[in-house]
Amino acid sequence: MNLAPETRKILVVWLVLTAIAVPLIVLVLGPHLPPGKMSSEASAQTDANVVLTALIAPIVLLLAVYFGYSLAVFRARGDQLEDGPPIQGHGPTQALWIVVTSAIVLGLAVWGSDTLIVSAHGAGGGQGPNPDALPANAGQALQVQVLGQQWNWTYRFPSFGGLETAHLELPVGEDIELHVTSLDVVHSFWAYQLGVKADAVPGVDNIAFVHPRRLGNFSIRCSELCGLWHGHMFQTGQVVSAPQFASWIAQQRHAEAANLKYLPPYARDYFPDPTRRAG
Amino acid sequence: MAGGEATLRSGSTRLGAVAVGLACAAALLAYYLFGYLMVRPPAVSASSGPPRARLTLQTVASLGIGPHPDWVSYLVKDPQGHWRHSTVLNVPANSPVRITVLQYDTATGLRNPYWGGPRGIVGEMTVDGKPTPTLDPDLASHTFAIPDFGVSVPLKGVADNAKNQCSVAPCTLAEAHTTVVFTIRTGKAGTYRWQCFVPCAAGFILGFGGPMQSVGYMDGYLHVIA
Repeated sequence: MNLAPETRKILVVWLVLTAIAVPLIVLVLGPHLPPGKMSSEASAQTDANVVLTALIAPIVLLLAVYFGYSLAVFRARGDQLEDGPPIQGHGPTQALWIVVTSAIVLGLAVWGSDTLIVSAHGAGGGQGPNPDALPANAGQALQVQVLGQQWNWTYRFPSFGGLETAHLELPVGEDIELHVTSLDVVHSFWAYQLGVKADAVPGVDNIAFVHPRRLGNFSIRCSELCGLWHGHMFQTGQVVSAPQFASWIAQQRHAEAANLKYLPPYARDYFPDPTRRAG
Repeated sequence: MAGGEATLRSGSTRLGAVAVGLACAAALLAYYLFGYLMVRPPAVSASSGPPRARLTLQTVASLGIGPHPDWVSYLVKDPQGHWRHSTVLNVPANSPVRITVLQYDTATGLRNPYWGGPRGIVGEMTVDGKPTPTLDPDLASHTFAIPDFGVSVPLKGVADNAKNQCSVAPCTLAEAHTTVVFTIRTGKAGTYRWQCFVPCAAGFILGFGGPMQSVGYMDGYLHVIA
């Protein structure tokens, strides 16, 4: 290919910078990109962030190198003001641009859809009451109901007698089926390190799946502006071993025994009954 | 000529009057906004004394005073024994604090029955002198909760048909009330929020607005002081 000297210089600089930047992004920056590797879903999100950052780096570098080169080499000197040579279309370059960008976009669409539906089972997002992206053993998943209320989260465990707690512990290595709902206004359940984010809407059972893979703490926040203490709607949850989880559940059942009889039967959603409430 | 000057003077006068009017309106708006944003209930300290600090609160169905006389509210007794309309409380760090709540409002039930169990307290809660391990959620009127300390205590409501119900704060011991007593242990110094978990705001959609969203009524700050 017969390239202009300027084009050749720009391409060389761009290729060198890309060859340096992409491995750095993948190998050095990548492991630190959010949300981490605590769950399968979080891991898929982190991989997506690495791939997108690595893909966008050459494009950003091409623009930056071209911009920098133009500023340095093509700038006007002296008092002479003169139009540059007219720009004409270049068929092969245009075709290459269309093919490459189309391939990137279509490739990302296929890969993203596969991650969202097949490999990451909804990628930690709320799928509504009838989820399509199910893990292989969805029937055996541990169900945990997440109840948002102004301004705290509580959790119900239907497989443990409808036990309710104000703290969340999850067993490592198990599929978890989160049923997110609200008792008052719209909240959003965001378990950051687990890669889970699902809206909590009154009257709606919003289901999200997560598969914790590592032990440790994760932060829980509300990500929907929900009133005066929205900013305080923060908790720390734990991913623990299966024996620790069983022990914690037993401890909670003992501590909550007196109150358990007053809880309503487990349901997929609860709407505040206004008849005996103010307003 | 003279007529033209008079017209000019008249125009300038009108322009000046409009400018003064606009300035006055802007000043009033700024005064209102400043007052709205800067108004803050006074901080009231717990009474100190061995073996623990003490706080006495009361909840009333309608405050009867101030800009929102019909709002439900907490009040707090200052160390001199005067009731203050505030929910900003000063307590010592890493110490037990005995809290007495005189509850004058009627029961409306808990939005989430889970909050019927007292949690995060030292020892037992008593209601009218009786140890109460948990409260029937339908009998609750409000809760006193400090989520950062894991504290949540249900407050039993006055019976709907109770005689001599309080109508204007501060209520007196002669009026119908329940007495809820419990002890919490404070943590490290800092400012923490506390709140009621019952949607108790009469006149607002499902009881979630007004006093439920306002510091000084059913929400407040706990200043834990080292």
